[in-house]
Amino acid sequence: MSILVYAESWEGKFKKSTFEAASYANQLAKDLNTDTIAVSLGNIDESELLKLGEYGVSKIFSYSNITKSDNKNSSIALANHAKESKAIIFSNTFSAKMIAPRLSSKLKAGLLSNVISKILNSNNFTFQRQAFSSKAIETVTVNTEKVIITVSPNAFEVKTNPTNCEITTNDENFENQFSIIGSETNSGKISLSEAEIVISAGRGLKGPENWGMIEELAELLNAATACSKPVSDIGWRPHSEHVGQTGKAVAPNLYVAVGISGAIQHLAGVNSSKVMVAINTDPEAAFFKAADYGVIGDAFDVVPKLIEEIKKIKN
Amino acid sequence: MNILVCISSVPDTTSKINFTENNSKFDDNGIQFVINPYDEFGLTKAVMLKEKNGAKVTAIIVGESSVEPVIRKALAIGADEAVRINMKPLDSYSTAKEISNYVNENPFDLIIAGKESSDYNGGAVPGMIADMLDLPFANACNGLEIDGNEVTLNREIDGGIEKIKSSLPIIIGGQKGLVEESELRIPNMRGIMTARSKPLNIIEVNNPTIMSKSIQFEKPAEKGECKMVSSDNIDQLVNMLQNEAKVI
Repeated sequence: MSILVYAESWEGKFKKSTFEAASYANQLAKDLNTDTIAVSLGNIDESELLKLGEYGVSKIFSYSNITKSDNKNSSIALANHAKESKAIIFSNTFSAKMIAPRLSSKLKAGLLSNVISKILNSNNFTFQRQAFSSKAIETVTVNTEKVIITVSPNAFEVKTNPTNCEITTNDENFENQFSIIGSETNSGKISLSEAEIVISAGRGLKGPENWGMIEELAELLNAATACSKPVSDIGWRPHSEHVGQTGKAVAPNLYVAVGISGAIQHLAGVNSSKVMVAINTDPEAAFFKAADYGVIGDAFDVVPKLIEEIKKIKN
Repeated sequence: MNILVCISSVPDTTSKINFTENNSKFDDNGIQFVINPYDEFGLTKAVMLKEKNGAKVTAIIVGESSVEPVIRKALAIGADEAVRINMKPLDSYSTAKEISNYVNENPFDLIIAGKESSDYNGGAVPGMIADMLDLPFANACNGLEIDGNEVTLNREIDGGIEKIKSSLPIIIGGQKGLVEESELRIPNMRGIMTARSKPLNIIEVNNPTIMSKSIQFEKPAEKGECKMVSSDNIDQLVNMLQNEAKVI
């Protein structure tokens, strides 16, 4: 028996969410009295792979010629190593959302996404997950022999448990169902789903030309930038920055909402944030009911002051 | 080209969420149900492909008779026919399995689902169908072009976009970008009238395989009072974020 974790990498590097998933898997392995093993996909150095040992992974199977976008072969590779596994753990990322459902169908294993709790009952698989765009927490049970879990980013602490770790590499080529012809990424930018701080702005900013101060504040705090739905709909900011019910759900440690009124659909995507700050000219803005800290004031007055004060503490 | 659009019936995004029967069931009392927003982008894309290249668009929904207004709306927007699989969609696996069974008997070139439903947020149905039917699959698609048998699509990845080439048949999980918000269609009177006469086939199900079960719901803990800070004292705000909340 074992717990299998998908150790996702980006251009040969793991991210915090990978270690969160490994830590989660290792905790579950302890609860069920078994070992943690991992599958890695794509080209990656041994020194990077060995970092998984820090989080309790004792065996790694590395498939250097499978790209994670190739969800069919990814799911086959994971299924090969899941035969003895009670649970397969993913971080809830874009590629996990393609691979985990395929694996669930292949293994006839119940799939729970957006999980935010440890196992609640070890006699059956019972967990808590987020539903209704974070407006509710659902307790769910799975009646299959194995369970597949995608854990919500930022919901669990990374926990070290140094373990002797053995690597097996597979460099077989697999026939692909599609080809990747290109990609564009803002590599300098922090990804929204993983950021510990998010600076978000809405129509209160009056126009796309005014986002400079939001980006400056974000850069100072090593934060990602986000926006409300109206702002992405009118094209001031890219769709990928839209947080809320029909955009992305985020759960950073700090969410700063500048000039966002706080419509129920927006709050649904952000209310798992640990601390929220609202800055708005309208004292009646709904965001003040959801936020921990509030400033009634104009973004063009408050944000520059905030930048100055943050600079003081950073120096 | 035969296009299948998977539709899910979800509470309107402005709905307040409540639970009933000891918090074990979603309380649909007074709730307006709509086409899942992610599915609506896919449905609109399918109708646009039909207008451009010619295609037959079938909308499929898994649900009891109460979901019929939602699937009729899909017909009013421009789907040619509809299928309702008569079963409560209790989990992703049974939903995907029943749709796959239908597709096995009625093949499609292109299957479009939403990247997730805005109620349970499982995001699993299209990926499961891909495995059951051995189809190529891309999720979080925000761009799709079809030229003969060739498919070019964009999908969202962390901090960017990936461009993929594949071929029909294929299944995708769609989102905004497939079409823009401004391209979404409100059914007009003619659409609503013709929707009434378009076929709606009902498929019965025997013993679906259910893998997961909802036991209970709760709402996230209420936030405490919001601490207000004057815009003249932003140093205080920074101090509290640093020393009280400890987030910067």
